[in-house]
Formats: sequence, structure tokens, C-alpha cells
Amino acid sequence: MKYIPHLLRSRKRKILEENIMKSIMAITTYSIILVFIYLILVISWKGIPALSWEMISEIPSGGFYFGKEGGILNAIIGSIYLSVGATFLSLLISIPIALYLNIHLLHHNRIKGGIRYLLDILWGIPSILYGAFGFILMIVFHLQASLLAGIITLALLITPIIIRAFDEALQGIPEGLLEASYAMGLTRNQIAFHIFVRQAMPGLITATLIGFGRAIGDAASVLFTTGYTDHIPTSLDDPTASLPLAIFFQLSSPIPEVRERAYAAAFILTLIILAISLLIRLCTSRLSKYQI
Amino acid sequence: MYNNDIIRIENLHVTTATQVILKDINLKIPRNRITVILGPSGCGKTTLLKCLNRLTDLHPQLQVSGKVWIDDEDIFQPNVDVIAVRKKMGLLSQRPYPLPMSIYQNVAYGLKMQGIADKHTIRERVQHYLEEVGLWKEVKDRLHSPASKLSIGQQQRLCLARGLAVQPEIILADEPTSALDPISSKKIEEKFLELKSDYTLVLVTHILRQAKRLADHVIFMYLGEVIEQGTPQEIFEHPQTTILREYLKSGH
Repeated sequence: MKYIPHLLRSRKRKILEENIMKSIMAITTYSIILVFIYLILVISWKGIPALSWEMISEIPSGGFYFGKEGGILNAIIGSIYLSVGATFLSLLISIPIALYLNIHLLHHNRIKGGIRYLLDILWGIPSILYGAFGFILMIVFHLQASLLAGIITLALLITPIIIRAFDEALQGIPEGLLEASYAMGLTRNQIAFHIFVRQAMPGLITATLIGFGRAIGDAASVLFTTGYTDHIPTSLDDPTASLPLAIFFQLSSPIPEVRERAYAAAFILTLIILAISLLIRLCTSRLSKYQI
Repeated sequence: MYNNDIIRIENLHVTTATQVILKDINLKIPRNRITVILGPSGCGKTTLLKCLNRLTDLHPQLQVSGKVWIDDEDIFQPNVDVIAVRKKMGLLSQRPYPLPMSIYQNVAYGLKMQGIADKHTIRERVQHYLEEVGLWKEVKDRLHSPASKLSIGQQQRLCLARGLAVQPEIILADEPTSALDPISSKKIEEKFLELKSDYTLVLVTHILRQAKRLADHVIFMYLGEVIEQGTPQEIFEHPQTTILREYLKSGH
């Protein structure tokens, strides 16, 4: 081949461009992972020494907030009640909405677009506003701070998230599958619950996980609505403790031992999220086996 | 010539806001025959096929006027039970889309739709339909593995079995072999020839040789219009129009 200097130069430039872009992508990817690892390390480093069996098996005793004995079982149980309840309630609302958008409103682009736009706005509203909204609802209905009020507020907070995440998965379903289903003479209900839910199962699971993670980690929306208590709730009317608030209260304490316990609580919260994510991910591979 | 036409189309027009897709289609499709709709890409073959089971409803931008009679029922009347119309027809599309279920479930689903609940009957029928499309021997040891694990040719035959399980009268096939290798294509074609004793087949294709191998009745379309129709002999041996002669010359 003949030696052509300008071609060689442009080839070198392309290789340089490739390398620069590749480095930028690699740096950002790995730095995010580093931040995440650093976060886990800090929580573990400060949290594990303060962690004890007493911490996770007992409710706070009298002097707990001054560094005396007791644990945060109330907050652990409370958080699980709140987030599981809210996720369940939210799924009951979200699944029909997402399916309706993608089956019945498939060709009503303006309505569909409007609904998606509103949901995206709702997704971006800070959770303290949901807390305030929940608080107003409580006043209107003469409720006191309770587990139920917290579940409802958290469900409101995560519903737009779950709908949009599931909706994105449903939008990815190939048109051919929809046509094949209609051509078989399936009704819209059969298409929704037999075909679409199966096909978009991994997306639904991811949506549930995102919603659950948001619900269990949110402090602001439960601040006014569920209150805080040292006891484990026995009914939906009881006020309920939660881990994010437990962390917040302990971290703002002047006593060093109490502040260390805040990290232990954060560690427990991280473990719960990790455990549930892993559990659901394990189910995903079974549930999405038949995806085409 | 045929006294028994299962589908009759009268003055069918399909338009969008800006263009005409099908122009004044008048057709009769004979029962228990393979009718091949032939023509170059973009001539409206697929749209015509979609009119037959009202899949055009899925595309609200399409405006359909005219009459399509299936078993003497005009399917574009507003009070027609669309679900029942669609159950009369199985559809094979260009790419196979099995349901997101196991191989077994894909066929059993259609049976359950008809209200068959007895497990033993379902198992027998599933085997029957898989045998009918020549898939049973290949899949009988892995009936419960996902349909997506099959090769694309096997998936297409599974879709055929799934369609048969709904007990249709008509099989609509939209270039069903365009994504398949020659051997899988041949299997599908052989099945079609066997199936025409029990079903009416409407096959859309742009492959001339496939049309010659299968057709009992040929419809040649060009730019949204039916140019010629008739027996294979009439169409392939004695084309009347210059467009068809050109197509036969350049086609393969």
C-alpha cells in the first residue's frame, strides 16, 4: 500500500479520540464504584464496633439515648413494616396503572405522554413535601401519627417511581408479541396479566426494588406521619419507629457512644437492603426464565 | 370457478392521513386452498393480511373502508365480536414471537383459552399439535424449557402449533420463512401443503419460487392495488400486464 501521510494522521487522531473517550468512561465508572465502596467501608468501620446482639434484639431502655443499654429492634421492625407495607400497597396501585398505560392507552399518545410527564414530576418532588402532604391528610381525617399514615405516605412517595420503572420495561415489549397475542384472540386482560406481566417481570422486580429501597431509606416523609416510639407497633394505629429516624436522632446526639450506634443502625439498614435485593434478584432469574 | 369462498373482500380501501395504502381491493379467497399474495416490498401485502383479522385496529392512523366478509360475516361492522373473528385465524409473522412461557405452555395456552381444563386432554392435544408441525420429536424431552431457547425455525413451527391449538379455520402467514434458513423454510412449506386439507391458508410472500411451489391461487399486488389474480398457470405462464411480466423476469 502506498504511504499516504494525511490518512495516517487522521487514523492516529481517531485512535487518540477513542482512547480519550474510553478513559473518561472508565474513570467515571470506577470512581462511582469507589465512592460506593468507601461509603460501605465507613459505615462498617464505624458501625461494626458498636454493633452487638443487644442492639438488634432489644428495644431501647430508659437511658438508651444517653449511651445506656437497649437496642433498636423497634426501629428495625418498624422500618420493615413501613417499607414492606408501602411497597405492597404501591404495587397494588402501580401495576394496573402501568398496564393501562401500555395496553389500553397504547395509541392515545397525548394522554399517555401527559400522565408520564406528571409521574416524572411527582418522582422529583422531595419527600419532605410528601411528609407534609401526609400530615395534612392526617389532620383532615383526624388521624394521629401511626403506622398506617406512614405506609400511605410512603406508598404515595414510591408509586410514581414504581409505575415509571415498570412502565419503561413494558414499553420495551416488542410490538410483534402484542400483535401475536391479539391475533390469537386474547382479550386485553389476558394480554396484560398472562403475557405482559410475564414478559416484563424483570422490570417489575427492579421497579419494586427501587421503590422498596426508597421507602426503607426515607426519613422525611415518616417524620410527621409515623412519629417515633420506643415500642414495637402492635396495630396500624400505633406510632412507629424507623431506622432512618433512629440514625438521625442518634447522630445528632452530643454523646460519642450514641453517635457510634447511629453508624451501627446505618449498617443494619444497609444489610437489610442488601439482603432483600439479593433475595429478590435470586427470584428474578427463576421468574424471567421464560422471557422471549 | 370456486364455489366455496371463505373470504370475500369488496371495495377495501386503507388510507393514512397522507397516503393511500390499499386501493379498491376486490378479492375472493377459496376455502382449503393456499392463496399466495405476491408482490414487491411495500405494496400493501401485509396491510391486506392485517385487515383480515382486524389487526389494523392496533394502528389507529389507518382508516379502513369497504367490506371484508369471512364466513358471510362482515368483520368491519361495529357490533362484530373481534375476539371471535381473530380466533378463527392463526397468524404467522415474519419473525416468530412465542409467548413468554415454556414450549408446552405455548401450545397449552390456546387449549386453555377454549376452556379445556382436563390435564390429560391438554397433554394429548399438545402432543398432537406439536406432531402436526413436526416439532414433537425435537422437543419432547424438554417440553418445559423456555420457548425462547428454541432455534428460530423451531420457534416458527411452535407458533404454528400454538395457532392451530386455537382451532382456527384460516392460517394467515406473513412472509413466514423470511427469517428462516432454507431447511426450516422447507419444513414450514411442507407443513403448509399438508395443512390445506383442513385449513385455508393465506400466504404473503415476495419469493417467486415459494409462490410457485405452494400456490393454488395467486394474487399479484403492486403499489396498493391488485394487478392480477388467478391460478398459478394463468399468473406465471400467461401474465397479462407489463408490471407482472417485469416482476416475473426480475424476481427469483
